Amino acid sequence: MPNYLMTNDPMTIDRKQAPESKGIANINLLKPEHRELNNGCNVYCFNSGDQELVRIEWIFGNQRFNPEKPLLNIAVNTMLTEGTNTLTQAQISDKVDFYGAFLQVDYGYDNSTVTLYSLNKHLQHTLPVLKDIITDSVFPEKELETYIRNQQQKLQVSLQKNDYIARRNFNKAIYGDTLYGLGADAETYKTLHREDMLLHFKQMYQPTNCTIIVSGKVEPQILDLITNTFDSDWKNSTIRPDTSQPGITSADERFFFTEKPEALQSAIRMGKPTINRTHADFPYLQVLNTVLGGYFGSRLMANIREDKGYTYGIGSGMSSLKHSGAWFIATEVGADVCKATLTEIEKEINLLKTELISEEELSLVRNYMMGSLLGSLENVFSHADKFKNLYFAGLGYDYYDRYVDAVKTVSAERLKDLANQYLDFDGFYKVIVGKY
Amino acid sequence: MVKFNRFTLDNGLRVIVHEDHTTPMAVLNILYDVGARDENPEQTGFAHLFEHLMFGGSVNIPTYDEPLQRVGGENNAFTSNDITNYYITLPSSNIETAFWLESDRMLSLAFSKKSLEVQRNVVIEEFKQRYLNQPYGDVWLKLRPMVYKEHPYKWATIGKEIKHIEDAKIEDVKAFFKKHYTPQNAIMVVGGDITLDQVKQFSEKWFGSIPAGEKYVRNLPQEPEQHDERRQTVTAKVPLNDVYIAFQMGDRMDESYYVAELLSDVLSRGNSSRLYRSLVKEKQIFSEVHAYMTGSLDKGMFVFEGKPLENISIETAEAAIWEELEKIKTIEIPADELTKVQNKTESTMIFSEMSLLDKAMNLAQFELLGDADMLNHETEKYLKVTAAQVKELANKLFRKDNSSTLIYLAEKA
Repeated sequence: MPNYLMTNDPMTIDRKQAPESKGIANINLLKPEHRELNNGCNVYCFNSGDQELVRIEWIFGNQRFNPEKPLLNIAVNTMLTEGTNTLTQAQISDKVDFYGAFLQVDYGYDNSTVTLYSLNKHLQHTLPVLKDIITDSVFPEKELETYIRNQQQKLQVSLQKNDYIARRNFNKAIYGDTLYGLGADAETYKTLHREDMLLHFKQMYQPTNCTIIVSGKVEPQILDLITNTFDSDWKNSTIRPDTSQPGITSADERFFFTEKPEALQSAIRMGKPTINRTHADFPYLQVLNTVLGGYFGSRLMANIREDKGYTYGIGSGMSSLKHSGAWFIATEVGADVCKATLTEIEKEINLLKTELISEEELSLVRNYMMGSLLGSLENVFSHADKFKNLYFAGLGYDYYDRYVDAVKTVSAERLKDLANQYLDFDGFYKVIVGKY
Repeated sequence: MVKFNRFTLDNGLRVIVHEDHTTPMAVLNILYDVGARDENPEQTGFAHLFEHLMFGGSVNIPTYDEPLQRVGGENNAFTSNDITNYYITLPSSNIETAFWLESDRMLSLAFSKKSLEVQRNVVIEEFKQRYLNQPYGDVWLKLRPMVYKEHPYKWATIGKEIKHIEDAKIEDVKAFFKKHYTPQNAIMVVGGDITLDQVKQFSEKWFGSIPAGEKYVRNLPQEPEQHDERRQTVTAKVPLNDVYIAFQMGDRMDESYYVAELLSDVLSRGNSSRLYRSLVKEKQIFSEVHAYMTGSLDKGMFVFEGKPLENISIETAEAAIWEELEKIKTIEIPADELTKVQNKTESTMIFSEMSLLDKAMNLAQFELLGDADMLNHETEKYLKVTAAQVKELANKLFRKDNSSTLIYLAEKA
């Protein structure tokens, strides 16, 4: 019985045998301390970690989309660093950089964010600059001209990238004439005017439309400094913010092909509008999505990259927005295998609808997703990010309990039913840029 | 401050342990001291292709990714001109799985023909996606051979041409593995919610019996100093004109490295930097302009890149960059400006301690340079740099006869 001897020999290891592993029992999420300021602004604070630093985010709900002036939300957000009544663009960046801080503006489909990363020891110097930006931006005419010209130039570069065009055409098809579907061209920038931006800024950037999220080593005096700065003299204006959005109408047409005769690769993006995080099925669909294209070992990767070698990468994902959600598959493949790739994608989707996922594959995906959730909680910033997912979807922390439960217990039958309910290759919007 | 312990196995494998019990995760990072610079000039792109093959199964374990995903782990890797780095993150309770997987592929790969065939295609698609099917994607394929005439940095990590990848044979793959993927050619960092004792025990158990292999002695042709102005203009299907100016600079261990980093920060880091303020905002010459260095281990590149506005000629654009360079060569930067970039460096170092994976990778890379503890003394080195040193280095680097200028002209439709 040589095997018997081998396993008992302490000097020999069985390299064919995986070490014992453990499942992940619990996920511990940090919950924030909440303060509501006198002006109606909500502040959420996560205090953890050893490094003497802090991240502060000011998050504002986007104003209602105006098809005549479609770029206002993004332009106002991007240009917040370009000058106030008392500080020029140069002075703003000098101050922020001098104290080793990082100032970022991020435009998202639902919200616009201003983020400051600062060492605690410099916060007293950096915070007043942020106060100025958020309460007193003026969008100087000269800076606006520069912004428009540079954006138009950058757009020209983006529009030569097949994956960029594919994403843009896809969003236009499923979200129509909304903030989500917007794809600007050079002409669109001509609709930007300083007076409109000032008005937009006044209406949107006010305390009742703002959530402040603080994370890092936030000792009480740091939190006090932040809340004091943004409380007493930051007032709401008389015009209320309007964060409602027009309804979404998707295109009737389902297939969009943009030919690029010299393309070496074709960009493919396909999918459809679907439920978002607020729907009870959402966590279950995330499991299904992971099986299909949500990780390196997914079926799409295993087939189209690792077996066929058609692409450097292929994946699927679900985006959860305030007023919609989408399921999509995206890749760039050799131009000569574009059709073959579509055939394989269809095959993979139909398999999910007709055959049960094996327990072996499903248990792998369960473990992978649990590990991935645990790994996504790297530091205090990540805990704040998890909170944002919930807060802006109007959900509570029980969402993650339901998520963990869905990952751990969803059955192969349920996933097959969901595939039949939510996935329909023929009904997908399909966008191809390159050769077909 | 990133605390760590260190030991070496009998076969030469260096191991660094960084305990961080604030996270439930662990990281296992292995750096192999091999990059595109170690390739045969007739087989470029091989180090990177090889990195892909490392995921094609090892001698005792048919698939690499599957067992890792099964225990909640994720992994990836990257190849540069200098190194190849592999990393795993997983729940710390399953750390032994990472040892099992990494040790088996250090022991030997499966060398499957199918894997080679498929990964050759995947890499060719990567070549197309990143270098050929993008406007300006081929810039490094053009610029590197201008700056380097002798040193293997003259080719990009992806390789000189697709043909080199198409031609790769399984025997070449085996020889490359034998030469470079040995314990003494690797540095392993284990970090996160683990203990030193645990790591010692698992390292010995899984890596201890791997043969030391032969020591690879690097002997690369060194790049001679440049004393001639180099220039190339290409007309291409790109939407906008683009100017690249690259200068040769010192290697990573050169004392001037820290000065160069601050010099590039003064010129180009953030919206308060000189190039942005002067050339984008005030003079309105470029829509974007950047300066950066490659940070390579051997003689590096200090690169300027800018896309001029459409009404600006290439000559004007180039002259505007040179004007900024002349300014920094003749007038010492003010104390405040130096303090600014030093403060930024200091806070960047502190923020990077927020990420376990960053810490692990940094420890490995500094150990490769000679001592992982250098990571904890980086900030001091930046804080010691003087304005006089910045000016001196600018004079040394920014000479016409140390420059390689590459111009993209947009083909008019």
